[in-house]
Amino acid sequence: MSHSAAAPVTGAPALPTIPFRELAPWALLFGLLGTLAIFFVSADQGAVSIPAGTAIHEWVHDARHLLGYPCH
Amino acid sequence: MNARAFLVRGLLAGLLAGLAAFLVANVVGEPHVEAAIALEDSGAVAPGGSHSHGEESAGHSHTHSSGEDEVFEVSRDNQRTWGLLTGSVAVGVALGGLVALVAAGTLGRIGRLLPSQSTALVALIGFVAAALVPFLKYPANPPAVGDADTIGERTALYFGFLLLSVGAAVLASYVACRLRERIGTYGGVVAGIAAYLLVVIVAALVFAPVSELGDFPADTLWSFRLASMLTLATMWGVLGVLLTGLVSRLYARETAVAQRRELAASL
Repeated sequence: MSHSAAAPVTGAPALPTIPFRELAPWALLFGLLGTLAIFFVSADQGAVSIPAGTAIHEWVHDARHLLGYPCH
Repeated sequence: MNARAFLVRGLLAGLLAGLAAFLVANVVGEPHVEAAIALEDSGAVAPGGSHSHGEESAGHSHTHSSGEDEVFEVSRDNQRTWGLLTGSVAVGVALGGLVALVAAGTLGRIGRLLPSQSTALVALIGFVAAALVPFLKYPANPPAVGDADTIGERTALYFGFLLLSVGAAVLASYVACRLRERIGTYGGVVAGIAAYLLVVIVAALVFAPVSELGDFPADTLWSFRLASMLTLATMWGVLGVLLTGLVSRLYARETAVAQRRELAASL
């Protein structure tokens, strides 16, 4: 759990903070997962293919164009 | 307030942002994608760059290496509806979670900004650094633009520039926060923005230009790029607004609980 800390300079109520130690596992796990999801939509089976083929590329083709990623 | 609470709200805001982006992309963007594909199929536009491809497959699918891959066909109907929806929602949810976790990290650490204010700031900086600035250097291209042989190089340039822009924004924000303690908010913010601009402008000059338009019609290109920018703005706008609202409500609830507890303890 989080709560409090942060230097109350002017005597105003302290703002909540989340310790980095508590945040790190979430950031690491979802950072990887989120990056992977974006990779599949944005770049897979274009420059790099995992897995090989064109199925993913074809399926998200229009999203790749309209979200501004290089497609082909 | 904890990491989990932020992540859950980010995923929800991202899901809705992805749906909104899909609607805009489908209604505003798809007509121009169709127009570009019609041009490509009719052979009216020569592919840009110096390579010309003899073997163009029927329909709109792209074999990137010369013919040996089996072509997985997805009908245009599926591409512009379910496929577009899949891509938009996946990117929306991913961005939502990432933005929420960054917002969780900045909570209570950016001057005296309230949770909702620092969250809104993170979403705004995210839009500028991860969508707007990369778009200005390497704008979106419709089908029929771009040489399949340079996809590797263009992908590396695009993501290289994107990473550099996001990295510069993170560093500049940190510098702004530190400077603020010494020279005040105005000076800190101006210095941070100036530092970010300096980095991305120099990078934009250094990174190789991509120019493979060939004789693609300018009006279709402009309409497509405008629609693409609208899609990105919708994605980030809805994400930022919803997440800010959700974080604001969470903070209000926790503050109220804490006050009630204080009151009860004082009795």
